[in-house]
Amino acid sequence: MAYFQNLFGEGWPLIWTLLKIVALVLPILGVVAYLTLAERKVIGYIQVRIGPNRVGPRGLLQPIADAVKILLKEIIIPSGANKFLFVLAPVLAIAPALVAWAVVPFSPELVLSNIDAGLLFILAVTSMGVYGVIVAGWASNSKYAFLGAIRSSAQIVSYEIAMGFALVGVLMVSHSLNLGEIVKGQSGGGFWSWYFVPLFPLFLVYLISGVAETNRAPFDVAEGETEIVAGFHVEYSGMTFSVFYLAEYANMILVSALCSLMFLGGWLPPFNVAPFTWIPGFLWLLFKIAFLLFFFLWIRATFPRYRYDQIMRLGWKVFIPVTLVWIVVVGAWMQTPLWLW
Amino acid sequence: MKWLKDFFRTFLLVELVQGMVLTGRYLFARKITVQFPEEKTPQSNRFRGLHALRRYPNGEERCIACKLCEAVCPALAITIESEQREDGTRRTTRYDIDLSKCIFCGFCEESCPVDSIVETRILEYHAEKRSELLYTKQMLLAIGDKHEAQIATDRAQDARYR
Repeated sequence: MAYFQNLFGEGWPLIWTLLKIVALVLPILGVVAYLTLAERKVIGYIQVRIGPNRVGPRGLLQPIADAVKILLKEIIIPSGANKFLFVLAPVLAIAPALVAWAVVPFSPELVLSNIDAGLLFILAVTSMGVYGVIVAGWASNSKYAFLGAIRSSAQIVSYEIAMGFALVGVLMVSHSLNLGEIVKGQSGGGFWSWYFVPLFPLFLVYLISGVAETNRAPFDVAEGETEIVAGFHVEYSGMTFSVFYLAEYANMILVSALCSLMFLGGWLPPFNVAPFTWIPGFLWLLFKIAFLLFFFLWIRATFPRYRYDQIMRLGWKVFIPVTLVWIVVVGAWMQTPLWLW
Repeated sequence: MKWLKDFFRTFLLVELVQGMVLTGRYLFARKITVQFPEEKTPQSNRFRGLHALRRYPNGEERCIACKLCEAVCPALAITIESEQREDGTRRTTRYDIDLSKCIFCGFCEESCPVDSIVETRILEYHAEKRSELLYTKQMLLAIGDKHEAQIATDRAQDARYR
């Protein structure tokens, strides 16, 4: 370390930070690639098929083949489109999904930037993801893309509120905005001291809002293949399309990671006894993220798409009242000696 | 009371959980995928695939150029020209089937009085040009020679039901 400090002088902290960012982003993109394979496999298995199994052993090289294929495709920009915004939109979509990882702690020490307002940072950054969708829909100059963008923005904004309220519960219980502190507040016993126990309704609301936020089935009216072709990214092809695709999956992983940090005890083992404590904390976090991602895929394979008014009804008339009520309940509960967390 | 029950059923996600249990069970069910080039689905002996012209065991071609198949063909896919051979029998000089017209109805096989034109079990053939789908007499006879054993067994198995 000292050697590099001498070598690069003043520039070293910047280079070191860049190295850390690369070390964080590359694995995420790798996980995204293999999440697409996992999705096809899981959904295939649920539909009594076996999914892709031709490229490489058991289909393990399929994501690489897909990536090579899509990178070699032509990027078509419609003649009526606003070229600058058209190309900017995928970047706007994927950047927040990657930036938010800066404050995600993988273990008590392993976090890119340990800032105190981590949760606020995440709320602020992930809200920006909707701009990518809106800009894409508008810049395409196509009615389907525009409809998809309108649907998507209305949906994301509605569910942001329920999601934010679900996080208010976490804040009340943990007394901290720092994600590391939130996880530490869940230590003590085993899985029963994680926040999903007292905040179970909020946990479910957060999880379902997370599915809606990422525009995944059954809330994928923004894409709505059977209704508006592909929604906001109809006009995209090749590299620009694949960036949207990456953004969707990166968002899924992010929501799963946040959910496991805030409700499922992050890097903490489910039982605080010998065989469980031997496994390093960040493997526990990965395991929890993988479990939630599987849950996402399972939901997609099970439920049909919601109708648009049903989505709005669920967001405004069910989730927001539920979270408000439960915040009050938790607040009252915390004043009694029955509060154990 | 019913509204209360409905309220709790909706709120506790009962039906959603039931749905997920169902799909979760199928996750572990035996998969029905047929790995095509390695595995194949069973075929009936009445399968109507690629055409073939058969010969008698002594090597003489069966077709007597009666043109019944040409007449019965609903897609007009068969073209036959005939002549009188030196031994006085009538034989085809040309027997073309245009597979781009053929609808694989099997009427040609039904109409044939000498079981000459048949449809075999072959379905994995392709062409890269339209002209490659025009099968001539030589090609059809070659297919028949190659698969005679299978063709004969299939006809023998089906004979009881005809």
